[in-house]
Amino acid sequence: MKIVVCAKHVPDPNMPMEVDTGTKRLKRNPAQSILDPSDEYGIEIALQIVEKQGGEVVVLTMGPAAAEDALRRAMAMGAERAIHLQDDALAGSDALGTAKALAAAIRAESPDLVVCAVESTDAYTGMVPGALAELLDLPQVTFARSLAVDSGKITVQRATETGYQTVEAQLPALVTVTASVAEPRYPSFKLMMQAKKKPVDGKDAAALGVDTGAIGEAGAKEEVLAVELIREEKQGVKITDEGGDSVEQIVAYLKKIQVA
Amino acid sequence: MADKRVWVWTEIVDGAAHRQSLELLTPARALGRAEAVVLGPADGDALASIGNHGAQVVHHGDDPRYAEYLAEPQAATLATMIANDAPDLILFSSTPSARDVVSRLVAKLDAGIVANATDVGYERDELRVPWGAETTGTVTLRDSKPHLVQIRPKAFAAEEVGGQAEVQPVTVAIEDRTLRTKVVETVVEESEGPNLEDAAIIVSGGRGLGQPENYTLVEELAKALGGAPGATRAIVDAGWVPYSHQVGQTGKTVKPTLYVACGISGAIQHIAGMKGSKYIVAINRDPDAPIFELADLGVVGDVMTIVPKLTEQLRNG
Repeated sequence: MKIVVCAKHVPDPNMPMEVDTGTKRLKRNPAQSILDPSDEYGIEIALQIVEKQGGEVVVLTMGPAAAEDALRRAMAMGAERAIHLQDDALAGSDALGTAKALAAAIRAESPDLVVCAVESTDAYTGMVPGALAELLDLPQVTFARSLAVDSGKITVQRATETGYQTVEAQLPALVTVTASVAEPRYPSFKLMMQAKKKPVDGKDAAALGVDTGAIGEAGAKEEVLAVELIREEKQGVKITDEGGDSVEQIVAYLKKIQVA
Repeated sequence: MADKRVWVWTEIVDGAAHRQSLELLTPARALGRAEAVVLGPADGDALASIGNHGAQVVHHGDDPRYAEYLAEPQAATLATMIANDAPDLILFSSTPSARDVVSRLVAKLDAGIVANATDVGYERDELRVPWGAETTGTVTLRDSKPHLVQIRPKAFAAEEVGGQAEVQPVTVAIEDRTLRTKVVETVVEESEGPNLEDAAIIVSGGRGLGQPENYTLVEELAKALGGAPGATRAIVDAGWVPYSHQVGQTGKTVKPTLYVACGISGAIQHIAGMKGSKYIVAINRDPDAPIFELADLGVVGDVMTIVPKLTEQLRNG
């Protein structure tokens, strides 16, 4: 069983986000960037499958040099090796451009299963996995809150707005996973040290064999005309509580807005 | 310029048109001719309600395999319909199925998509789409026909305009090779208490509650206010409360009259789902927490002390 997990190096979601109004892109400060927490679930479930059934977990990312951090983290969790798509020509890719580059790398691996998060934490379009499945001509099994692989078949509970659907497909397939699918392990110091020695296969656009007109800013069909960070700072009132002494004021406010 | 042909991908759930799909008929009407596309079984009442919300035409493919095999056959049929009929714009909602279909379609058509749009319009015939949550902006699509736009819930209000749609059957044949992802069971899980999306008052809790048991403080305050309890992704991921309580980008989008955030720092993910609330009260220990930027009333203090006292006061009130 070979599983490719797509992962992304994203600005720490707990830090305030910044945008560069010149390039109209998110500012990415490598020192404050981490493996997307939503990717850890996919890495974890992939590791669990391989631990039971044998095989290997390969982690794949696209991004600048610093994105290697995300790969090292995934390898510290247990992924065997990594592929890093890195090229200036890839910068500014939209969802489809990203999917095209990832698809080229995955095709060369011919995995049994491709695992993605439902969406990334920074751009959250959720458009890459479906596009990737189409480009790879794979069935897409999405929003998995639980996942089992058995005799060449994947079965998931697909989260819906009112409950779930049990959905199945033959492998090879692409699956997107939610946070409920597995509890990510925390890598030990020893594993983190070992991960530094695991192989990272760097690939540029030429190595991928993708047309540079179809990726990056050149291939992006989405053009950002304007971008800003809205801090809709309300002219709100801020008070400091001491031992519960704010409760009267809160109640007075709730009465003023007529909800209490 | 109200001259566009706009399709709305319309989802049928439990026999009725999904509320989010009906919402999208509002901008579709404003931009020109609104047409719905329904792939999967739907009865006369469901189709009539789509007309009542402003669709002039419903393109209906009633083959049950569209529902049974999810996105793939739908994306394939849509691609054929688009090639034959060339609409200007197709609107998709934010539900899991909408996102599955449109993401597959993007690659099939080699087209662009604007996701998480909060509005949609044209300026001198160029598409203009505002999108976003904390970062916001305006996007257009180049070399892309038709324009595909996926819109956030509650960006528009569904409006009953009393129209009647002409139902046109979709005759595209489903290819067997698209029937690969099969639904074998559909389970509806009952949730307790008032529905989060319809509640006028929501009290939500986050990591600042410290431990799972303390979530009861949130539930009790919600009850005292006659509202529904909500949660951040962080505590849902940690297993404190079920996913159905989650407010945020990957959870529910809510617009209550009052939103009380207890021990919530205000990560973008969460703000995306609740920033449309009319009044926001935030209680958090960290005076620099981003949630205070949104709060009409911000209380810097200990949720464990304030929330139970507040609940008691309201009960006795």
